[in-house]
Amino acid sequence: MRLEPKPAPSAVAMLAYPAGAIFVTFLFASLLVLAAGANPLSVFGLVLKGAAGSRFALFETLTRATPLIFTGLAVAVAFRARLWNIGAEAQLYAGAIVTVVLGTGALPLPAPVLLPLIALSAALAGGLLLLGPAVLKVRFGVDEVVTTLLLNFVMLLFVSMLLEGLLKDPTGLGWPQSQKLIAEARLPRIFTGRRLHYGFVLALACAAAVWFVMKKTALGYEMRAVGHNAQAARFAGMPVNTILFKTALLSGGLAALAGFSEVSGLKGNLTLDLSPGFGYTGIVVAMLALLNPLGVVIAAIFVAGVFVGADAMSRSAGVPSYIANVMVATALLTMVTAIMLMRFRVRWR
Amino acid sequence: MEAFDILLQSSFWVAAIRIASPLIFATMGELVCERAGVLNLGIEGIMVAGAFAGWFTVYSGGDLWTGVVVAALAGALFGLLHSFLTVPLGLSQHVVGIGVTMLATSLAYFTYRLALPEVTSPPKIEPFQPLPIPLLSDIPLIGPALFAQTPLTYLAYATVAVVAWVLYRTPLGLAVRAAGENPSAVEAQGISVTAIRMGAVMAGSALMAIGGAFLTMSAFNSFFFEMVNGRGWICIALVVFGSWRPGKALLGAILFAAFDAYQIRLQQISGGVVPYQVFLMLPYILSIAALILVARRATYPKALMIPYQKGER
Repeated sequence: MRLEPKPAPSAVAMLAYPAGAIFVTFLFASLLVLAAGANPLSVFGLVLKGAAGSRFALFETLTRATPLIFTGLAVAVAFRARLWNIGAEAQLYAGAIVTVVLGTGALPLPAPVLLPLIALSAALAGGLLLLGPAVLKVRFGVDEVVTTLLLNFVMLLFVSMLLEGLLKDPTGLGWPQSQKLIAEARLPRIFTGRRLHYGFVLALACAAAVWFVMKKTALGYEMRAVGHNAQAARFAGMPVNTILFKTALLSGGLAALAGFSEVSGLKGNLTLDLSPGFGYTGIVVAMLALLNPLGVVIAAIFVAGVFVGADAMSRSAGVPSYIANVMVATALLTMVTAIMLMRFRVRWR
Repeated sequence: MEAFDILLQSSFWVAAIRIASPLIFATMGELVCERAGVLNLGIEGIMVAGAFAGWFTVYSGGDLWTGVVVAALAGALFGLLHSFLTVPLGLSQHVVGIGVTMLATSLAYFTYRLALPEVTSPPKIEPFQPLPIPLLSDIPLIGPALFAQTPLTYLAYATVAVVAWVLYRTPLGLAVRAAGENPSAVEAQGISVTAIRMGAVMAGSALMAIGGAFLTMSAFNSFFFEMVNGRGWICIALVVFGSWRPGKALLGAILFAAFDAYQIRLQQISGGVVPYQVFLMLPYILSIAALILVARRATYPKALMIPYQKGER
């Protein structure tokens, strides 16, 4: 079996291969639905209805997509430079912690000053958290995959410690949760009566900004060059280490904004279940988007729709909602395979 | 002095070896994969799948050893998926590994919820019981620790011996090591690098799954969510710490487990002055510290993470 490079894919192929990957994902999910004794078509119909069948459903999907856009962008930026950041989960919580520390009354400032200040501080915390593994990678050759993964567990325990100690809500009846943010530290809702908040707008702005940085600035060019071939980039005189550090700050910062947005826009306080794996799902979002910042928005809405729809479906059809996790994981694997098949021809000999 | 006395209790060493056992299986599994040139980040999810498959087999009426075999087969199946995508297709081992972990974990959770929709507390099985080896288990301190464990722990010792013997004393092991160092030399001998690497990943994944099964069938007696809890990632660190050698990796696993058992006991005598989460963080921080310590002189298998294409240099 051999792989031979193909000429650059046509616009049709660029759509057909990813569509094929999604089709295979649904095919596999259908088998699981059949195993659960339900009808795949009606189950997927319920998923679609739960994700986009009503105005309420649509708003829920966009609300769920918001943190995924941030973590998807974080992963897309890092993977582009081949910095394997699997720690978006930890960076998200770093941003959430900063949001709670600064947003529960420590800074008596009006909202237009306080909100940007908190967002920037949160992003800085997340960036610094990823800078550690990046420095270890560059200086000592420690694989950042393992360090960022292990830091996820450390961070979750750290949050648990804070919620039972320094940040514990005295009125929380012993429940591990932080105090509520003050009103000035809350991102407002976009429409009254809906949960969708301005974190979504911030996420869209970040996607546009990341797209601009990646496509139109020297830094974006350098990041892609380092990701393509670090040795060649170094030979061409690029400061590879500095570029990796900047990538780490940007990636970690974006992931931390997910934590800021969830606490400030949606939940209002910090709990241990703030993120049901948004950091890990961000990897899938980034890969589905082929690491394209604008594609991340579409991929995040799609993935969020699968989760929101599956939740609604499982309540009525009795198929476990974990089917959404299976579908998201399958989509990741089929998508990377589809991208490969788009670029290479497989010769069986 | 209380902190030191712990080290003289045989119950401490018994716990240390019990904690080490699943790590030994999974570390050996990862070591076999990496020695052949494939980083297998599917390890965490494959351990979850093994833990579930083994437990579920016994829960559905199979006997314990059947459970171990089913777990191994489930692991090998995920190994087949991982290696098909990373070896002949040459996809990113990072991305595929994370994908396999997500898929294996979510499939295990899905099947669990499908089979047991209404349970609130996880159902129990009758797990492996300790089987003291006569005479050897009477040695003070280390006797009970090493030789009064469950049969699965003895299987873990045997696994280390078999992995070391195969890797260093057989032609197959030479081919596996060469596939990870200099794959074109393997091909020059008329051996398929693809077959060697895929075989190594499948065998290694089977071992990871048995490591997971140890949790549900020997250490505990039921399956619950989040039970693997990063052990797979720790094993990846242990392989680096053991510089890709089975003996050193075994030593690393036992040291790590002893530390883990120690922090649990230290937590009890510290009297709640230090938050318990600090103790729980220590194993992960220790793993990172160990990686930093050895990283400078680590000699990775030279072809690790480099896909191989026949006739390409």
